[in-house]
Amino acid sequence: MKIIKHSFDGVIVGAGGAGLRAAIEAAPHMKLAVITKLYPTRSHTGAAQGGMSAALANVEEDNWNWHAFDTVKGSDYLADQPAVDILCKEAIDAVIELEHWGLPFSRLENGKIAQRRFGGHTVKEGESPAFRACYAADRTGHMILQTLYQKCVSMGVEFFDEFQVLDIKIEDGVCKGVVAFELSTGDIHIFESRAVTFATGGFGRIFKVSSNAHSLTGDGPGILYQKGIPLEDMEFYQFHPTGIYRLGILLSEAARGEGGILRNKDGERFMERYAPSIKDLAPRDMVSRAIATEISQGNGAGPDSDYVYLDLTHLGAETIKKKLPDITDFVRTYVKIEPINEPIPVQPTAHYAMGGIPTDVNGRVLSDEKNTVLPGVYAAGEAACVSVHGANRLGTNSLLDIVVFGKRAGESMLEYVSKTKSTSISDSAADDLVNKINNLIEKDHTDEFSVGRIRNDLQESMEENAKIFRSEETLSKQTEILENLRERYENVTIFDKGKVFNTELMEAIELDYLLDMSESTVASALARKESRGAHSRQDFPDRDDGNFMKHSFAFKNGNSANLRYKDVELGKYEPMERKY
Amino acid sequence: MDIELKILRYDPENDRKGHWEFYKVEADPDERILDLLHKVKWFEDGTLSFRRSCAHGVCGSDAMVINGENMLACQVLVKEVSNPIKIEPVRGLPVVKDLIVDMEPFMDSYKKVMPYLINDKDPGDRERLQSQEDVEKFEDTTKCILCAACTTSCPVFWTADSYIGPAAIVNAHRFVFDSRDEGSKQRLEILKDVNGAFRCRTAFNCTSACPKGIQVTKAIEDVKRETLLNN
Repeated sequence: MKIIKHSFDGVIVGAGGAGLRAAIEAAPHMKLAVITKLYPTRSHTGAAQGGMSAALANVEEDNWNWHAFDTVKGSDYLADQPAVDILCKEAIDAVIELEHWGLPFSRLENGKIAQRRFGGHTVKEGESPAFRACYAADRTGHMILQTLYQKCVSMGVEFFDEFQVLDIKIEDGVCKGVVAFELSTGDIHIFESRAVTFATGGFGRIFKVSSNAHSLTGDGPGILYQKGIPLEDMEFYQFHPTGIYRLGILLSEAARGEGGILRNKDGERFMERYAPSIKDLAPRDMVSRAIATEISQGNGAGPDSDYVYLDLTHLGAETIKKKLPDITDFVRTYVKIEPINEPIPVQPTAHYAMGGIPTDVNGRVLSDEKNTVLPGVYAAGEAACVSVHGANRLGTNSLLDIVVFGKRAGESMLEYVSKTKSTSISDSAADDLVNKINNLIEKDHTDEFSVGRIRNDLQESMEENAKIFRSEETLSKQTEILENLRERYENVTIFDKGKVFNTELMEAIELDYLLDMSESTVASALARKESRGAHSRQDFPDRDDGNFMKHSFAFKNGNSANLRYKDVELGKYEPMERKY
Repeated sequence: MDIELKILRYDPENDRKGHWEFYKVEADPDERILDLLHKVKWFEDGTLSFRRSCAHGVCGSDAMVINGENMLACQVLVKEVSNPIKIEPVRGLPVVKDLIVDMEPFMDSYKKVMPYLINDKDPGDRERLQSQEDVEKFEDTTKCILCAACTTSCPVFWTADSYIGPAAIVNAHRFVFDSRDEGSKQRLEILKDVNGAFRCRTAFNCTSACPKGIQVTKAIEDVKRETLLNN
């Protein structure tokens, strides 16, 4: 394989919403490369559906402080409140900016951006559901991704499409650049760069049923975790209540925002019992738990009693066609059901990582629980943990997160690049990756140690033992399973020995990150002996603010993780019992 | 049920030209064609190469020819196609390996139409107003996911790869009919070119191929008409 060297001031890894927004900020003022293992428009931001919240007050009175209150309450008080204030305050300009760049928002009668209701968003701190989510039908993420990419094309941003970054070089605590694999040739590229932003998205593929793309394997967090950088709040993983039964394909909360209702096998609107005031529009963690509880009590529908119904039949054909066209198409395509006439079988699906690479509010990566900044390294979007989502993210806040903190990461790169001199990366920077690849290529393929089999066993066991409800028993069992999987992974083999588009080789390396993500998730979950937000321990059903009002920091230690903790940054909202 | 897959394979490091390979997989009628390709790749033959990401028809990675028609492998179920299932790379773009084609010529055509909002006026600090009716004039073409299913189904594109192709025209349409855009003059000038919109022979292949249901041929006609009006 050839080794090719490039020199840039800054590199952004990942070209979804966060990476592209960072690029728009940084590109005009430095020599910047955006590296993505896909094409930018294939990033999973494009799969987001329902909307992006901002207190524009286009439909009714609204205030960013109410948005912040909802976000903090939704987070089960684990979000850092100063960061939440930034998110909700800057949301307004972020939406307007996207409109100015051409985003085709759905509109109100008066021509202003349309807004709809979404789970956990209320007016006047809980009084009633708020019309806060700005949307483009039910393809808001697609339109954000397209708009940001279009903006990048207009600016001439330099992309390296279908290049997979697999290593970062940090010398004496300072960033020197990254090393990438070019998919179409198998060549290795060294990118000398003193500023690097990771915007690689989430890692939903640690579970079997997920709304996430196959490509969401935790590459950015994995690369840093293996270098000794901790991962924050990994025990908090969101399960979206309404995935299409068995497939996990997302059906937006906008379906309930527009009036859709969840029903059990008897047709009962069970959310009335779990969240009497806002019912089906309760935050996702509560709705997913409610569904899991209904199913475990025998109220699930179907031959295996393992799903519930999302009922849109009362909304009328016109609302469905205008406001929910894409998700109803998914139902027609994959379940062969007409949602105008029939309720849709749904079950919770692994959806979003609240945890990830720890950063401050300027996207700067933190290398420990004492807020020590790692110079030159940044992260944004789902790969990062600021933390604005705490223990449970509210719907629409992820699209907001990527643009608000993507921009801030871009600004931080700029500031760093303007204050530092160009760096030089050694010619041996590629050695580790070359050795890793040669190792994988040289081993003879065996069925037992194939990527597909190990990953399958990983996903099935994580689904079984570390999903919505967890306990000491299930998590300990999963710890043992992960040890065994890690041993098998040490011997992983691949069939494809070629150079051109060796996607099996990439899947083998991605599996390493998936194992890292799983190990840190399970270790963090085992240590948190309370229930908060998306983390539900059956053996510790209550929130324990005395011991656990803090963020976890998981440091890689062999096959497991050492845990340290950092206090939550509180603000004007006092923690209280979370009821809706 | 047992499904037979007949896949057109090409390994640039070993093959001089493409050849068919056959695989038998056990499948559920509700599974996606992409799931079958994964079964082959993960449990039988890791060398089989194809692009995929979201697996539900929004990222546009896995356009391929399935039983003779352009489709996304993640959007078609086993029960919707006849067995054996014949799978080939899309036509008109150079094959790199197996079902993977070189997307660069396609992306170059897309970039030619200036696919971004052009408007130099200061929009102020709030959103520009636009009626829902005005949004609906171009909403259909905003759905494009750049999968290339339309362009690689076009008989004109097969014979003349200099043709800018349906997808690029769709993306021009998205801006030409956006009331906020002021760049149409330049864009339509590009589309008037000998390799622009008028090469379209209204075969409607693109419309049938579009996995998002975009009325591609109609969009091309709209652009042709606007080009004439713009003269």
